[in-house]
Amino acid sequence: MSSPSAAAASADATDVVVRLRGIGKTFPGVVANHDIDIDVARGTVHAVVGENGAGKSTLMKILYGVQKPDSGTIEIDGRRVSLSSPSDAIAAGVGMVFQHFMLADNFTVLENVVLGAEKLHGIGDGAREEIRRISTTYGLDIDPDVLVEDLGVGARQRVEILKVLYRGARIIILDEPTAVLVPQEVDELFENLRGLKSEGLAVIFISHKLDEVLSVADTVTVVRRGTTIDTVPAQSVTSRELAELMVGSELPSPTTESSTVTDVPVLQVRDLTLPAASGGRPLLSDIDLTIHRGEILGIAGVEGNGQAELVEAVMGMRPGATGSVELSGQDLARLSTRRRREAGIGYIPEDRHRHGLLLDAPLWENRVLGHQTREPNVRGPFVSRGGARADTERIVRDYDVRTPGIDVLARALSGGNQQKLIIGREMSGAPSLLIAAHPTRGVDVGAQSAIWDHIKDARREGLAVLLVSADLDELIGLSDTIQVILRGRLVGTFDPASVTPQQLGSAMTGAADDDTGASPA
Amino acid sequence: MTDHRLKRLGLGLAAPLLALLSAFLITSLVLLAAGDSVTGVWGQILSPPEARGLTNIVNAATVYYLSGVAVAIGFRMNLFNIGVDGQYRVASFAAAVVAGEAFLPGYLNTLLALMAAMAVGAVWAGIAGLLRVTRGVSEVISTIMLNAIATALVAYLLRKAAVDDPGSNITATKDVPEGSRIPGISVFPGSPNEVYGFVFVAIAVGIAYWVVINRTRFGFDLRATGLSQSAAVASGIDTKRMVFVSMLLSGAVAGLVGMPILLGQAFNYGSTFQSGLGFAGIAIALLGRNHPIGIALGALLFAYLDEQSNPLQILQNVSPDIVSITQGTIVLTVVIAYEVVRRYGVRLEQRQVALALESERSTSREGTSA
Repeated sequence: MSSPSAAAASADATDVVVRLRGIGKTFPGVVANHDIDIDVARGTVHAVVGENGAGKSTLMKILYGVQKPDSGTIEIDGRRVSLSSPSDAIAAGVGMVFQHFMLADNFTVLENVVLGAEKLHGIGDGAREEIRRISTTYGLDIDPDVLVEDLGVGARQRVEILKVLYRGARIIILDEPTAVLVPQEVDELFENLRGLKSEGLAVIFISHKLDEVLSVADTVTVVRRGTTIDTVPAQSVTSRELAELMVGSELPSPTTESSTVTDVPVLQVRDLTLPAASGGRPLLSDIDLTIHRGEILGIAGVEGNGQAELVEAVMGMRPGATGSVELSGQDLARLSTRRRREAGIGYIPEDRHRHGLLLDAPLWENRVLGHQTREPNVRGPFVSRGGARADTERIVRDYDVRTPGIDVLARALSGGNQQKLIIGREMSGAPSLLIAAHPTRGVDVGAQSAIWDHIKDARREGLAVLLVSADLDELIGLSDTIQVILRGRLVGTFDPASVTPQQLGSAMTGAADDDTGASPA
Repeated sequence: MTDHRLKRLGLGLAAPLLALLSAFLITSLVLLAAGDSVTGVWGQILSPPEARGLTNIVNAATVYYLSGVAVAIGFRMNLFNIGVDGQYRVASFAAAVVAGEAFLPGYLNTLLALMAAMAVGAVWAGIAGLLRVTRGVSEVISTIMLNAIATALVAYLLRKAAVDDPGSNITATKDVPEGSRIPGISVFPGSPNEVYGFVFVAIAVGIAYWVVINRTRFGFDLRATGLSQSAAVASGIDTKRMVFVSMLLSGAVAGLVGMPILLGQAFNYGSTFQSGLGFAGIAIALLGRNHPIGIALGALLFAYLDEQSNPLQILQNVSPDIVSITQGTIVLTVVIAYEVVRRYGVRLEQRQVALALESERSTSREGTSA
C-alpha cells in the first residue's frame, strides 16, 4: 500500500483509495455499465445504491476482478491497476463479501478462513492467532475453532468479513449484506462496519435499502441504468430524495388501499404437517391458516423456515404432507398439482427459472405451461396454437411484457418481464386463490410497482392471496394480515397497520420466546 | 416473424453442416496419418451410387430411421434409452415366432406380428421405466443391462423356437408365410432388388411422432418435462408417469426397428439377424436433432456412408471401418456444433430483444419521460 499519488487531481481527493473513471461494460444485448465515475475515500463507508438491474453488481464484479471492463480506468491508492482476476484484486487490497456466503458448513472458522490463503500464516496456531487479533481489533467476536454450521447468519457474515481482512484487504465490498439479516442483526453489522471504518479501511456497501444506507454510509453514489447519476454526502439527503434519484421518476409504494376483506373463506389449511425426509424436526408442523375472499395473507420469516415448503404443500408438490387443505370448501388433500391448479389456484413460484418457465421455449408455449388442460390453450387432446398465441398476445399487451414478439425464447426476456408474463398467465383462468412467492425478487423497479398493482388488483377482484416475501416493507405494504413462520410453525399473527419491521424481526428469529437466534434449517 | 423463423432455420442448418465438414476433415487426417489415399477414399465414397446401391441405402435408412425415432422419443424427455438395441432384438424375435406360427391368415398375421413386436419392445423398455420411476435407477444403466440380458435371452429362446434346417448350421425361427410378407416396391429402374414396403410405415411413424410431440397436450407435457423437470412438476405434470409412458412409447417404436428386415427380407429371426441398429439410432437421433425430418436425413447419411464404403476394401485396399470413424466423429462434432450454434442463437436473440426494446424506449421517451 503506497501513499496516495500526488497526481490525484480532484478537489476532495485528499485520501481517495479507489478511483473509477469512465468504466463501461457491455454484455451481448445489454449495456450493463457505462461512464461510471466513483471516488471512495479512506476511512469511510461508501454506499452504492440502485435498483435491481441498475448495474451495481456488474460494477462490483469489475472492481473485484471477476469481469474486465471494456473501457475506463481503475486506480487503487493512486496507482492505475488492471484487475483480471479476484487474486489480482486481493493483491491490490480489495476484498469482497458476497451476498451468498461461501463457507463450508462442516469446517471450522479457522479452516474456512485459511482455505486458499494457507501461505499467509499457515494453517495452525499462527493463523489462529491472526484470526483472534483481527476479531479483537475490529470487534467481530469470532472464535476460530467453532464449526460454521453452528453459527447464525450474522456470525457467518462476520466470518466472511474476517476472511477478507485476513487476506489483507483495505477496501471491502459488501454486496447487499443486509438482505439475509433481520433488523437486529443489521444493527450489529453496522456497528462492525463503523469499527472497520475507524481503523482506516474503506467499505463499499451495495444496497437498495435506503434507510439502512443513510444510517451507515458517509457518502452515497446512485447508480441508474448502468451509470452513476450522482454522489452525495449521506447527511444531506433524505431517503425519499435518494429513491427519486434511483428511480428517476415517481416512486411506487406498496401501500394497500381500503380493505376488501370479506368473511368468505377461500383457503383453509388445518393441521398441515410435512415430515422431513431425513427424520428429525418436521419441515412444517400443525399449520393452520385461513384466507378469505379479498384478503392478502403475508407470510414473514427468515429464509429456510418452511415458507417454500408451505407453498409447495398447498400446491400438492410435496408428497407426505398430512392435514387438510380446502379451497372454497373443496378438499384438495388428495388432488394432484394439476387438479389443484384446475380447481382455481394461480401460482407465482419463488424461483421463476426453475419452477415458472421453460426458458428455452417461446413465450406462447410458456403461456400453455401449467394451463395445458384448459381453454384457450387446448382443443381436445391437441394444443391449440391459435388460442394460446392469441392469449399470449393479450397477456403481453395487458401486463406490459416488454418483448418484440411471442416467438422469442423466455430466456431472452429480463427478469421483470418474465415475471409479468407469469403473473398474466396465472391470473388467466379465473383463479380464486393466488399464491405469490417472492413476486418482486430480482425485478427492476418499474416491474416491481406493476407487480404490486397486479396483486392489489387480484385482491380487489376478490381473490384470496397468499404472499410470501423476504421484503418486510412489501409484506407490510400489501398484506391484510401477516403471519410469521419459524422452524416450520406459524408463531404469531400481526396487523400490518401497526407492526414495525423490528417486531416482525423479533418474531422471525424467535427472540420473543427464546434467545437462540435464527439458524437456517 | 417470418424473418425470425428463417434465421432459426439457418441456425438449425448451420450446425449439422459445420459438423459434417469437421468430421470430413478429421477422417481425412486419420487417412493421412495411416498413409491411405485421401482422394481415393473420398472419391469412392462420394461417387454416385448405382440403382442397386440406392435401393440398399433407402432400405438401410428405413431401419435406421425407426431406430432414430425410438431414441429421439426418449431424448425429448431427457431420457437416454440406450436399450433400443436390446428392445428391437427381443421384439423381432417375438414377432418372428408369432408370424411364423401364423395364428391368423394373411395380413392379419402381419398385423398381429407388428402388435407383438411393439408390445414386447414396450415391455422391455418399460422395465427400465418402472425401475427409474419406482427405485430411481438410471435408465442408462438399466437399459445397458437389459441389452445384455436381451442377447442372452434371445439366444436361449432361439434354441427352443428354432426349426431344424438340414444342411445348414444357421438356427432360425419358422419362416413367415408368404401371404404375410410385406412386398417390396421397385423404385430405382434397373435395380435387382426392391425397396422395403415398410418404408411407408416408417414415414407414418415419423408423421405420428411429429404430430404427437408438437401438436398434442401429451407431447407438450413430454417436451416440458424434457426442458425443465422442476417447471413441469410445478405446472402439474406427473413427471413419473411421463417417464414411464415415454419409455413405453420409445420401446414400442424400437420394436418396429427389425420389422422391415423380418417382413421384407429375412422372413425369419436367426442367429444372423442384423444387430447394432439401436446404437446407430442414438447417433442418428443426435445428428437429426430429434426432429422427424432431421432424423430422416441423418438415417440416409449413415446408410449412404455404409453402402458407399463397402467396396473400399477391394478398390482402395482400405478397411470400410473408416466410415465408422467418420460416423463416430460426426456424432461428436454434431454435439459440439449444436451447442456452439445454440449459444450463438441465444446471444443473437437477447441482442435483438434488447435492440427492439431500446428503440421502443427511445420512441416512447419523446411522449413521456421513461
